[in-house]
Amino acid sequence: MSVNFSNVTVRLGRDADARIVLNAISLSLNAGEQVAIIGPSGAGKTTLLHTLACAIKPVSGELTINKEIPWTLAKLALHELRGRIFLAPQSPPLPPRQRVVNAVLAGRLSSISTLSALLSLYKPKDAALAFAALARFKLEDKLWLRCDRLSGGERQRVGLARMMVSQAPLILLDEPVSALDPALGLSALKTIQDEATARNATLVVSLHDVQLARARFARLIGLKAGRIHFDLPASAVDEATLADLYGAEFAEAAGMAKPNAAAAELPSVLAAPAAARCF
Amino acid sequence: MSIQNKALRDPAWHERLFSTWLLVAVIMACLYVTEFKPWTLLDETSLRATRQFLASFFPPAHDVVFLKLIVVSTWQTIAVATAGVTLALIVAVPLALIATRTLSISRIGSGRVALVPKIIRNATRGVLIVLRSIPELVWGLLFVRAIGLGDTAGVLAIALTYCGMMGKVFLEIMESQDARSTDTLLINGASRGQAFLYATLPSCLPEMVSYTVFRWECAIRSSVILGFVGAGGLGQQMDLSMRMLAGGQVVTMLAAFVALVWVADVVSKQLRALLD
Repeated sequence: MSVNFSNVTVRLGRDADARIVLNAISLSLNAGEQVAIIGPSGAGKTTLLHTLACAIKPVSGELTINKEIPWTLAKLALHELRGRIFLAPQSPPLPPRQRVVNAVLAGRLSSISTLSALLSLYKPKDAALAFAALARFKLEDKLWLRCDRLSGGERQRVGLARMMVSQAPLILLDEPVSALDPALGLSALKTIQDEATARNATLVVSLHDVQLARARFARLIGLKAGRIHFDLPASAVDEATLADLYGAEFAEAAGMAKPNAAAAELPSVLAAPAAARCF
Repeated sequence: MSIQNKALRDPAWHERLFSTWLLVAVIMACLYVTEFKPWTLLDETSLRATRQFLASFFPPAHDVVFLKLIVVSTWQTIAVATAGVTLALIVAVPLALIATRTLSISRIGSGRVALVPKIIRNATRGVLIVLRSIPELVWGLLFVRAIGLGDTAGVLAIALTYCGMMGKVFLEIMESQDARSTDTLLINGASRGQAFLYATLPSCLPEMVSYTVFRWECAIRSSVILGFVGAGGLGQQMDLSMRMLAGGQVVTMLAAFVALVWVADVVSKQLRALLD
């Protein structure tokens, strides 16, 4: 699916405490393109993904998905469009008592009827499909477990397996590997990208790990304070650009640690060779 | 009064004093209106009547024919309660689904529910209020008139009132849970029913089952009371025995009733333990 933002502004919150989270964003993605969104916490990465998923309505500007303007569509058509977009929120909210098999198969709800969804709860119909999706993330042995028996990293991968069973041509992932160790994170990201390529799906991923973003994506979009700070090929993103994006502390800390506290706990698998090159 | 004394005076004291006396006055007024005179219990005539009634309790009736009748009536009572709660459940779940705001699709994007769904939602809440505001005893009397004496009237009376109560409570349970898992599925294009089945239900199921089992326990007690207005079961038998002043039969039935409630309590505890 191709996507186009033209001067899109998004406000969150109601009336008095409404604040502008995305400010006049203009951006275009071709069908099948893969991009990473980076930027400091609170820059609006999650809001950008939710706007793309038609979960938040912009206050002004025009969002076009596949040459259609979602918010002018009839309600049913809009919801049908949502079914063709897959959004995995950061730390996927899975009901604690749900079994992994159902949590994964929930990814294809928009393409089956409510009746077969009900029957599948009684006797999982496509357990093989869920098994294959989980196997891509080395979780196949968890198929029949309850979600509350999983660790945070396993839960995150269940969310990714859910993406595998959806047939969405537009995939939006919010921090998909934030709870995974560097090696697992890299392999999970590869799996996601292979799947997107195989489906010819447009892939938009927000990442805290700048090195990972640079290593795996050809195009990086830097978001800062609700505006697009840069939109460059990965090769053109250098230390000066990043220091400008994350602020002065980043440049100082760059040699020793990651710009972000969460990422700092997990040194990137790419950090060693990349750091020598970049910093 | 010195300045220090003034500073130490509790500013809330007068308010507290006033509300205490107001409460006392309201309770006194209520007791007056209900002509609450418990000492009439100790009158010579009242005492004699009570003594006679209690004396007639012994010996409890225990002939085989009567015991068989008790077993059948107890079973009827359980059946009325179970059938009533099942019917209530079948209607209450869809009504709660319609009325739940977390399952709204029109809310996505702006956070505001569109007008037509809002009207439907509020109308459904209205139906639930009407259903549970009429006591099952009134429904029971109504159905006994309409379809005659018997268990069917009891089942319908329980079904209607309990449907209102269960619908309302299910609604509150669903709206109080963390909505993010439901939201995620709705955003990814799932229908309301699907989002309910794959996100809301797995999160709320323990609470909903636990409440249903509790309601079933209440329904057993209700169905005994409904028996007094002719809606079958243990209550109807007890009413007959009381009219015949057969104290021995009444006491046996009371024992059966206590046993029944105790068993219901044990069963519901077991069912709830199964959920964890």
